[in-house]
Parts: sequence; structure tokens; C-alpha cells
Amino acid sequence: MRDLKLALRQVWYINNAFVRNPASLFFTLIFPLMFLVIFTVIFGNGHVLIAPGKAVRVATFYVPSIAAFSVITACYTNIAISLSFSRDSGALKRIHGSPLPVWSYMLARIVHAVSIAILLVVICAVFGALFYGATLPTTTLPAFALTVVVGAAVFSALGVAVTAVIPNADASPAVVNATILPLLFISNVFIPLQNPSGWIDILGKIFPVRHFADALIGSFFQLSGSGLHTNDLLVLGAWGVAGLILGVRFFQWEPRT
Amino acid sequence: MARDVVEVEDLRKSYGSLQAVRGISFTVAEAEVFAMLGPNGAGKTTTVEILEGFRRRDGGRVSVFGFDPATGDRRLKEQMGIVLQTTGVDPYLTVAETVDMFRGYYPKPRTRAEVLDLVGLADKRDSRVTKLSGGQRRRLDVAIALAGDPQVLFLDEPTTGFDPGARRAAWEVIMGLKNLGKTIFLTSHSMDEVQFLADRVVVIATGKIVAQGTPDTLAGRQHASTVVRFRMPASVTLPEAIRGSARLEGNGVELETNDPTRTLYELTSWAVQTGISLEGLQATRPSLEDVYLEITKEAEGAPV
Repeated sequence: MRDLKLALRQVWYINNAFVRNPASLFFTLIFPLMFLVIFTVIFGNGHVLIAPGKAVRVATFYVPSIAAFSVITACYTNIAISLSFSRDSGALKRIHGSPLPVWSYMLARIVHAVSIAILLVVICAVFGALFYGATLPTTTLPAFALTVVVGAAVFSALGVAVTAVIPNADASPAVVNATILPLLFISNVFIPLQNPSGWIDILGKIFPVRHFADALIGSFFQLSGSGLHTNDLLVLGAWGVAGLILGVRFFQWEPRT
Repeated sequence: MARDVVEVEDLRKSYGSLQAVRGISFTVAEAEVFAMLGPNGAGKTTTVEILEGFRRRDGGRVSVFGFDPATGDRRLKEQMGIVLQTTGVDPYLTVAETVDMFRGYYPKPRTRAEVLDLVGLADKRDSRVTKLSGGQRRRLDVAIALAGDPQVLFLDEPTTGFDPGARRAAWEVIMGLKNLGKTIFLTSHSMDEVQFLADRVVVIATGKIVAQGTPDTLAGRQHASTVVRFRMPASVTLPEAIRGSARLEGNGVELETNDPTRTLYELTSWAVQTGISLEGLQATRPSLEDVYLEITKEAEGAPV
């Protein structure tokens, strides 16, 4: 119980450092909204007829796509890069030498990232509804919320795990972008894929990004049903467990070079 | 007799084919300032980081307060304060936040005001770490080590890169901690630091202890003879009592003596009576630095 309190207390310090770092603030908070604006400008925001007599704005599809991107940025990208910097600066080693339990620290990192992700998703949705007339979920809201939280936790675990192959802080943006950008393009996030072919389809089905995007878009807007994409969430969960195991096994507290 | 806080027996550690620590043994008593002196690469940091629990040993026995540091036992971490060789603090937090963050990890922390006063950072309380000078960051590092009110402190070259004033201030802090009854394990390659702070010192070179003692008695330093040097006119002759031990080189004279008080008395009273002045008169004993250079040179030259 005391360790849980320590973790929550740690979230406060992590957040202080986060909001005072202009780079992390910009890339995490402003970047996704920028994409939402750019996509709406480029691809337009016309009406789409989704059922006889029922039309929604195209932004209704952009919002969950960008929400997925936001969650990945706030969790995977943010955690991997900021942990790499803390590791290189020696701050992680210092904490590792203190009595703070390892899991309290990691839980704090993940809770912070998940909170930022939720905040971003809300901002995206409100922004899309106010300026682009996006239709917000109602009956599928519980499924949407669950998908956000599961996705955020999974991409946080993967962000922790990937630090094991990041040699130093300078290399962290390169490693993170090289691993995530191609997936974002082939996974229905930036561009909706109409009948993706061959290996792109296979890669999308293997990696977690498309499962997350499909589950999020599907639960944001669905004519009937709960909107829950159980199979996608199960694949996501498997990636999360894998990330957790690799993270626990290979995480390093000291600079690698 | 104070109990031993740190016990190390036949400690060994290799990195690949490099044997960094080759079987060293020592103990550190409670409330003692214990210094490990040695050149870069001698194995000081490896030893201290094994004691801190950051590195695994290959062989030997290590105990701190009866715990094996390799287990990372929390009860041990709660009693340890650590200053690493390089600083490591989050650049975006303030001094007060940093200290409070670490205070929160310990069951009975020292108050923030006390900690900041001890290291002289009270007026920097609300500054962000990015705004601190190198010396101030180092002091913040010491503040973090003190936050939990630890019983034993491990300081790995705590004053490297300090200007003389900051160094003196840091020494006062360490002496203050010693007076509070803390046990202090210090590594250093600075002779005057060890001379000023340490109760006991071991000298380590190429992973082995090559000398140990108090700073004053290290390697028989207290028995080493004093050398008296001066110049005198060639026309005069030294008194009989000291003539035997003198070496002459032109006008220069060098005397080796184990009783410098008597030798100097005889020399100067003779000079005053004769009415000559001894130019450049000096009496020197080997400094800790001389002793240190001598023993580390021997050790590094020795076949491994």
C-alpha cells in the first residue's frame, strides 16, 4: 500500500518534469492535433452517407485515427525517449540505488503516460466535435474507453521494452521512429487502407498498431453493437505481456555506452 | 571497539579478461571515515559500486550492516546514502522537489531544510537543476545522499572538479557527518583530501591493496627520515656532530636525519655562533603524495 502511494507520488514528479520539457510537451501534446488539422485540410471534411438517410462528417473517422496516434505518441514514443534520457543522465541509476521499489517507479511511468494518453484522446475528440463536426460515440463509449486504456498500457509496456535496444539518448528518437512510423502508415492510422494486399496485410496483422487502430476506430463509430473488438484487444494484450516480460528481463538502469 | 559496518573479504571482479579487483579485503568501522586511494582504473569505482549493490562480484564475501548488497535488500538501501562519480538528477525539477522526491523513499528522512543547509543550497531551493553550476549539482547529489538520513555514506570521488573553495566546503560537510556518527566510505585520488578527512586509508593499484594505515603512518611515513637542505660558503666546515650525515654538492648541503629537532638545533646554533647565514634552509618529510606515488609506481610496475 505504501509502495502504491510512492508510485502515485512519483507520477507527480514525472509530470512536473514532463510539462517543463518543451520538446516532450510539443511532440506529445501539439503534434497529434497538428496532424488532425492537416488531414482534415488535405482530405477534406465532407459528409459520408453511412446508412440510408444517415450521414456523418469525414472527421468522425479522422478523430479516432489521430486518437490512436496520440496514444502511441504519449506512451510508446514518450516513454522510450524519456527513459533513454533519464538512463543516460544517470538519474535512473540514482533511483535504482534508492529504496524506491522498481515496480513503483515503472508503474508511475506507465500511469503518467496512460493519463496523458487519455487527456489527448479527450482533447482530440472535443476538438474534432467542435471544429469539424465529428460525431462522438454514445452507446460504444465504454468499448472506446476500454480500448484507449488497454492500448495505452500495451504501448507503455512496449516503450519500456524497446529501451533495451536503444544504445543512448541521442539514438532514441531514431530507434523509436524507425520502429513505429512504418507501422503507422500500413496500419489504418494515417491512411485508411482499402483491401490491403499481401505482405502489408500480413505485417499489419502481426504487429499491434493496426489492431489498436481498428479497435479504436471501430469503437468510436459503429451503427449497432457494443463496438468492442475482442480479437484485436486480445492480440494487443499478447503484445503487452510480451513487452512486460522483455522489459522486466532486459531493462537497464545504467547508461549503456 | 566500534563494530564493523562494512566487511569485505577477498573481493574479486573481472570485466572480460580484465581483472579489475583482484582479491581485496578490508573492514570499515562504525563512525569512521575510510578512504580508498588510487589512480584512475585501479578498481576504486568497481569496489564501491559492488558495496552499493550496482555491480555483481565474481568472488569473495561482502557485507554491509550484515546484508549482502547484491541482493538489493530494501532495508539496506534505507540505511545507505550514495554519491556516484557522475551526477544524475532530473534537469527539469527544482532543488526542493529533487530532495523531497528522494526523502519520500525513506522511512525516516531528514527535513528538507536540514539537508539543504548541510550542503549550502538553501538559497537555491526553488532553482531548477538546469540553472545550477557544476559544483552546485554535485552538492545536490550529496543532498540526495543525505535525504534519507543514512547510517553509511558511499562517496565516489565526491569533490572531483571542485574549485578549492567548494572543495573545502564539501570537506566541512563530510566532517560534520562524521561528527554525527555516520560511517563514511570515500574514494579519492586527491592526497590532501584523504589527509584532511580520513581516519584510515587503503591504497589500491591494479585491483590490489598495496598499502594501508592512517594518513600519517601510511607506508612507514612516520619513520621516514627528514631531509635538511641549505647552502653555505665553501670556506667553512660543518660541526662534528652533524658532519657525518652530510652530503656536499658545491655550495649545497643535504643532511638526512631521524631527529630533526636536534639536528636543526645543532646546525642553526653553530651557524649563529660562527656568524654565517644558511641560505635556502628547509626541512622536509615525504608528503603523503610522495609516499602514494612511490607505492603506486611500484605496484603498477610489478608483473601481474
